[in-house]
Amino acid sequence: MISGNPRMERWLFVYLPLAFALFFLVGPFYWMLITALKPDGELYDGASNPLYVATPSLEHFRYLFEHTAFVTWTKNTMMVATLSTIIALVMGVPAGYALARLRFVGSEFIGTAIFVTYLVPTSLLFIPMVEVMAQLHLDDSIWALVVVYPTFLVPFVTWLMSGYFRTIPTELEDCARIDGMTRLGAMWKIAIPLARPGILSAGIFAFTLSWNEFIYALTLVTASSERTIPVGVIVQLTRADFYFWGPLMAGALLGSVPVAIVYSFFVDQYASGLTAGAVKG
Amino acid sequence: MSGTTIPAVALRRRRRDLGYWLDHERALGYMLVAPVVLLLLGLVAYPFMVAIGYALSNRTLADAGEFVGLDNFIDLFDDDIYLQTLRNTFVFTAGSVSLRLVFGVGLALLLNESFRFSRLIRAAVLLPWIVPTVLGTMAWLWMFNPNFSVINWVLVHSGLMTEGPNWLTDPDLALFCVILVNAWRGTPFMAITVLAGLQSIPQDLYDASAIDGAGKFQRFFYVTLPLVMPVLLTALVLSIIWTFSDFGIVYGLTKGGPMNATHVLATLSYQAGLAAGNIGEGAAISLTMLPMLLVLIIWQLRRIRRSTVL
Repeated sequence: MISGNPRMERWLFVYLPLAFALFFLVGPFYWMLITALKPDGELYDGASNPLYVATPSLEHFRYLFEHTAFVTWTKNTMMVATLSTIIALVMGVPAGYALARLRFVGSEFIGTAIFVTYLVPTSLLFIPMVEVMAQLHLDDSIWALVVVYPTFLVPFVTWLMSGYFRTIPTELEDCARIDGMTRLGAMWKIAIPLARPGILSAGIFAFTLSWNEFIYALTLVTASSERTIPVGVIVQLTRADFYFWGPLMAGALLGSVPVAIVYSFFVDQYASGLTAGAVKG
Repeated sequence: MSGTTIPAVALRRRRRDLGYWLDHERALGYMLVAPVVLLLLGLVAYPFMVAIGYALSNRTLADAGEFVGLDNFIDLFDDDIYLQTLRNTFVFTAGSVSLRLVFGVGLALLLNESFRFSRLIRAAVLLPWIVPTVLGTMAWLWMFNPNFSVINWVLVHSGLMTEGPNWLTDPDLALFCVILVNAWRGTPFMAITVLAGLQSIPQDLYDASAIDGAGKFQRFFYVTLPLVMPVLLTALVLSIIWTFSDFGIVYGLTKGGPMNATHVLATLSYQAGLAAGNIGEGAAISLTMLPMLLVLIIWQLRRIRRSTVL
């Protein structure tokens, strides 16, 4: 930067490091894709160049669809993620509103308690959760996940939304109340529509968190027909010390695509949701 | 009644039956919060109590067991595997959070520059964070494969080494690998959070400091860093909590091996509690995360208290 050549400086301090970062962060996905497309003959041939595919083939994807329950896992994951996201929004958005706007005895304590549960990691509670689900007769059922995921989604949505509602000016709700609207009406008809961007990011977060969840999905559900993608792919395609690398990478790729698509559309939303929640929360 | 606006007070009185409650600040507050409170009591507080009960018992998968007091905890601190796991967990957390911090802040500063395809690049660098952790971890597992490691292929073919290292079978290297993969996964979160903080800094502050003669480094240390600090610390606390309690990356890469060199508290509690069936011991192991978690949670709560105007 002492050289004083701005073009040179920019290459050295922006483009070059950025290229390294992209290589480190995105490289493994290239490797995933290459492996998924490489037929076994080429994959396990020590003499071939591993960095590209000479004869691309869809055999691993075919294996995934014909010899594993991948389609069922996808349906399961979709169902669990959708339902638990809906539950999280239905419970979390109004609660977030109440904590941000309404004054009631204990609201600060409740807000703190909800925030604390947001910070409690799932790996602390998975052992007793197996027993609690058995008590609810949900052992070994996909519905256990629909019931359990809201335990970490709802605190998160509530926390994010209460931060978001605080950034919305109260004047419009005040006007509506003067015009005779109830508090509930003001929330439903004024505040919630205004909070749509925040609700959208909360929904995206919640959906991906449940799509990606692993430890509960691994421990609460054991029947193959009830598994989600992350657990199904790992348990079914890695047996003892034998790994089906091709189908494994194909499954990892397909299991990642839906969330990647959702995010590529909402990347700006993601950042603004983070600032609303993380900074002002 | 005339056509003028009805005062809210009069209206409230008239709708005494249903509208009254929907309009009553305190009643509505409790109604909206109640479902969340009930859910968390039933499925967080209650399981937590169950966990404490287990940790104080010698319960196994086969046998309900009986109360044994603090025996599980006392045994743990005599157990070499547990002590090693504890040490691993701290090394794992310190290592990957430091890497996340350095890479994340660096990447945020880079992404804050303007260049072509910035939207696309921003979406691309988020990938490790948004895809299912264990699935991303599988790509790394394959890259560390003893026979077909692409990293080793490059190392050997570029002439840097005659034989690639055994990434996941050498104890020290294996710990390095799980740290690296955890940093890989966590860097985008740190970067995008810090980036959001960077973009909320008003340009006039930079203009003003430039007029005052501040150079690049001074601007970074006296303008950028102090203003990004709150966001950075929040992202840091979350990263520490998530890494400290991480399960998926270690489970996916090494399952705790070789010779327990990479076991962290979450994987050891799974191993002891569910895989080996000693539920009491497993619950006790996971509860030993609690002191560290409490320190972090309380610290974060106090920071939030100070910064928000309620």
